[in-house]
Amino acid sequence: MGNWAVNEGLSIFVISALALARAPAACLNFNCMLILLPVCRNLLSFLRGSSACCSTRVRRQLDRNLTFHKMVAWMIALHTAIHTIAHLFNVEWCVNARVNNSDPYSIALSELGDRPNETYLNFARKRIKMFSRSLSSSMRMCACEAWSNSGLPVTMPTSQRKLRTQSNKNPEGGLYLAVTLLAGITGVVITLCLILIITSSTKTIRRSYFEVFWYTHHLFVIFFIGLAIHGAERIVRGQTAKSLKEHNPMECENKISEWGKIQKCPIPQFAGNPPMTWKWIVGPMFLYLCERLVRFWRSQQKVVITKVVTHPFKTIELQMKKKGFKMEVGQYIFVKCPKVSKLEWHPFTLTSAPEEDFFSIHIRIVGDWTEGLFNACGCDKQEFQDAWKLPKIAVDGPFGTASEDVFSYEVVMLVGAGIGVTPFASILKSVWYKYCNNATNLKLKKIHFYWLCRDTHAFEWFADLLQLLESQMQESNNAGFLSYNIYLTGWDESQANHFAVHHDEEKDVITGLKQKTLYGRPNWDNEFKTIASQHPNTRIGVFLCGPEALAETLSKQSISNSESGPRGVHFIFNKENF
Amino acid sequence: MGQIEWAMWANEQALASGLILITGGIVATAGHFTQWYFGAYSIVAGVFVCLLEYPRGKRKKGSTMERCGQKYMTAVVKLFGPLTRNYYIRAILHLLLSVPAGFLLATILGTACLAIASGIYLLCKFLPPAERAASPGCAPSSVCAGFCVYLPRAAVRGEQWTPIEPKPRERPHVGGTIKQPPSNPPPRPPAEARKKPSEEAEAAEGPSAGPQDNPIPVTDEIV
Repeated sequence: MGNWAVNEGLSIFVISALALARAPAACLNFNCMLILLPVCRNLLSFLRGSSACCSTRVRRQLDRNLTFHKMVAWMIALHTAIHTIAHLFNVEWCVNARVNNSDPYSIALSELGDRPNETYLNFARKRIKMFSRSLSSSMRMCACEAWSNSGLPVTMPTSQRKLRTQSNKNPEGGLYLAVTLLAGITGVVITLCLILIITSSTKTIRRSYFEVFWYTHHLFVIFFIGLAIHGAERIVRGQTAKSLKEHNPMECENKISEWGKIQKCPIPQFAGNPPMTWKWIVGPMFLYLCERLVRFWRSQQKVVITKVVTHPFKTIELQMKKKGFKMEVGQYIFVKCPKVSKLEWHPFTLTSAPEEDFFSIHIRIVGDWTEGLFNACGCDKQEFQDAWKLPKIAVDGPFGTASEDVFSYEVVMLVGAGIGVTPFASILKSVWYKYCNNATNLKLKKIHFYWLCRDTHAFEWFADLLQLLESQMQESNNAGFLSYNIYLTGWDESQANHFAVHHDEEKDVITGLKQKTLYGRPNWDNEFKTIASQHPNTRIGVFLCGPEALAETLSKQSISNSESGPRGVHFIFNKENF
Repeated sequence: MGQIEWAMWANEQALASGLILITGGIVATAGHFTQWYFGAYSIVAGVFVCLLEYPRGKRKKGSTMERCGQKYMTAVVKLFGPLTRNYYIRAILHLLLSVPAGFLLATILGTACLAIASGIYLLCKFLPPAERAASPGCAPSSVCAGFCVYLPRAAVRGEQWTPIEPKPRERPHVGGTIKQPPSNPPPRPPAEARKKPSEEAEAAEGPSAGPQDNPIPVTDEIV
């Protein structure tokens, strides 16, 4: 068995399955400590706010919390796999040593603890007898036990040794250990929980069936409780310090038959190592508990819906007020409607500006929860709804990175793809308010806005916002402040005919805006070069909210179109995580 | 919750179980554990489950992301027709496959996972039907038609595995939308209505004109 011997730093004459299990266990302690921290949203918001003095680069790392959470999760999965496999070998060899299917040293070590006043080393204590074995072999078994009481034979006659190895081959020993030892039960249970959590967290399930992901993820509670008590039975044994002084393993290794008889080698005593995991995870568990309590408390705060607006193509806007609510541009909130579902929280980007006295979200009706909300707010009814009929709403937040960086550039390029255009509503409105209030203080002088979508149907409300901004800018004689380019990537032939016919009209047929809609995808190289030539020697911020592929394209373009010297145009790419 | 297609999660779970069975089997076989032949079985069962579950079925609503290179296995899985299409059969198959692996500690995790996957497949058959008009359950599959007749329709949720097939690309017909100019002149009113006022109009307009008066002279605006 040698595991104990190897563990205490002696000769490595067997593969050390135990050491191979303890190493990932140590890593697991660390990883399980880390995994709870990135999902404490309120804690991160607090850190972000309090580190306002630090550079944005430090704060921006906090935005990648979900990526970090996933990385740590994969590490946990990997270490669990190694730990489990190593322990499988360990259990197999321990059981084998116990049923005398191993080398004499291991067998001798396994028998420690059978007699009174002895502490055990091998946690497989029970010898499981196979059901179908004949009586004669069990008699031989008893003989073996009696034999061992008088002394431990170092060598055995070959025939008897063969007899021993042929009887009592039992994988049931392994299964028996798994269900009777606390470490076995907790190990199997928490590994199952981990597997269920991982399979329900794949991208497909997460994106399409969020409730499955969210509810299954709560198995982590069982995971952490099981993890904390996993080592409580202390079956990983080592020689006690007191025993080490009296019995030196190096010297007594070859004198197994004389253990307990000679002065130098008394019977070694063992004790289990105390469980360490709880020390690592108790802190983060407490922090996460606080986080959930904070979320609960915040959700109990009163939120009043001041206005519900239905937009075309199944979109509704909820304007709400909450005491003490402070937001920044580009943040998001979690919304719960107990009337629709008591447990579900859904994230929505805020579409109002901080300068407004309410906060608003735009919701597309796509699934059960949104449809329930639609009905609860009375949007399906034609007549005017009284305010008291509106449902109670709970709001948690706001979270997320503030896109304040937008205001620290003179020129910005804002790119919103599909639903990613939503945070820009907040940004554009806020820019407009700042401009109206105090145009001279505003560093931002020019916005190039790119909106890419298949069709504008789902975002009619955004098109309306652009129209409003356009007309207001016309009035204040600053039509050049915002230039926007809308790219419809989902055009087809019949639409193309329509566009061709109406090409010369003043307002665009689709959006009603003065600037014409463009079709297909933008040629980013051209766009960057045009903007670079319009604004030489400036730092231009590029902000994207959209798919990964586009992020890579824009990032590359930003780098290739930036001039190398300190003077000259520089494009700085910021990907927003919404 | 009514619109969740449980089969998608069951598929992920079954694929993971297959991998776990393979791993457990390799550990048992390579380590020469006692009764290692269960480990060998586990490897074979794991490989079979992985191959069966690799092609992702098509979702009822929305587009489905294919797994990398799944089209080859899709062709094979499609061959078995109702045996692979029907989720009852898959559920029972997984349950049966998982049992022998439960005799060895190394593979018992695979057993548990595959049993759970089997349970989720059964779940997708026994949850109340979705609000929208569901497909007629397993009626199309001929093998289990007799079996299905006795099942109350309400219990069957109507999920089944449909292969993701690439849509045949429609070749754009070149010149299909080019319309030929009309070969016949437009219908004109009888000769007496076409006397004085319209004669000038006809001279000014062109072939598309009919019996129409233009109050303002019309000019051609080709840019």
